Amino acid sequence: MDEQKKLLNKIKKYDFSLKELNLYLDTHPNCRRALAMFNNYNTLRQNCIDEYNRKFGPLTPEQSSGKEHWSWIDDPWPWERR
Amino acid sequence: MWQYEKKLQYPVNIKTPNAKLAKVIISQLGGPDGELAASLRYLNQRYAMPYAEVKGLLTDIGTEELAHVEMISAILYQLTKDLSIEEIKESGFDTYFVDHTTGIYPIAASGAPFTATYFQSKGDIITDLHENMAAEQKARTTYDNILRLADDPDVRDPIRFLRQREIVHFQRFGEALRITQDNLNAKNFYACNPSFDRNCGRK
Repeated sequence: MDEQKKLLNKIKKYDFSLKELNLYLDTHPNCRRALAMFNNYNTLRQNCIDEYNRKFGPLTPEQSSGKEHWSWIDDPWPWERR
Repeated sequence: MWQYEKKLQYPVNIKTPNAKLAKVIISQLGGPDGELAASLRYLNQRYAMPYAEVKGLLTDIGTEELAHVEMISAILYQLTKDLSIEEIKESGFDTYFVDHTTGIYPIAASGAPFTATYFQSKGDIITDLHENMAAEQKARTTYDNILRLADDPDVRDPIRFLRQREIVHFQRFGEALRITQDNLNAKNFYACNPSFDRNCGRK
């Protein structure tokens, strides 16, 4: 697996952990253990996002930082087979 | 994938409830030229788009339309909040109230429930972009008509913002069509379908 795919998979794993914790916290808003886990994974995810943006480009339009080219639209899009 | 942001794209602060107005504005939620149909139209069509600019544009406008669904819903929520039963009866809102109380449900002003027949996804980029340009103009006309029916400046202000977005989207879709045609045979844009045929209009 290439580095880009590996890093994206790592982000997706953090995304999913955060989503599960998010839903759990919606119905348990004062659970300190879940809050600590959410904060921890959120930091780890953000580090991966920063690395991904630096090396491979944006995952959201706001992460696009080019001065000569709007790389947000660059192929491939997630639904395309690579 | 998508992430929700806990804010409206443009503020909605309506001080005076008005069920009669809610009855017509609901068409921009669940009606034939409404925001829900717009979002589903673009987000479904984008898979057939052969050019990066157009994949991006449909993703981004389809996403913005979801924010417009939320704005219209906020307008409906505020227009129908704290209504008395007398007001509901007098305004004619009772026909909606009996089925939905004051919950938000996507229907046209006529009462017809939302349906996917309000939009098309044809698997042909030229056809889809023409549909989208027409859809933006139809929505703009609907907002013009709402502005003819609404006096309250609190309602008119966000409606005018949404009307203006239709015009901007129409402009961008026109540019997407031009980008598409620049990739095709200038003597016959219809010689092949770049969304389906191999070796047709691809760089």
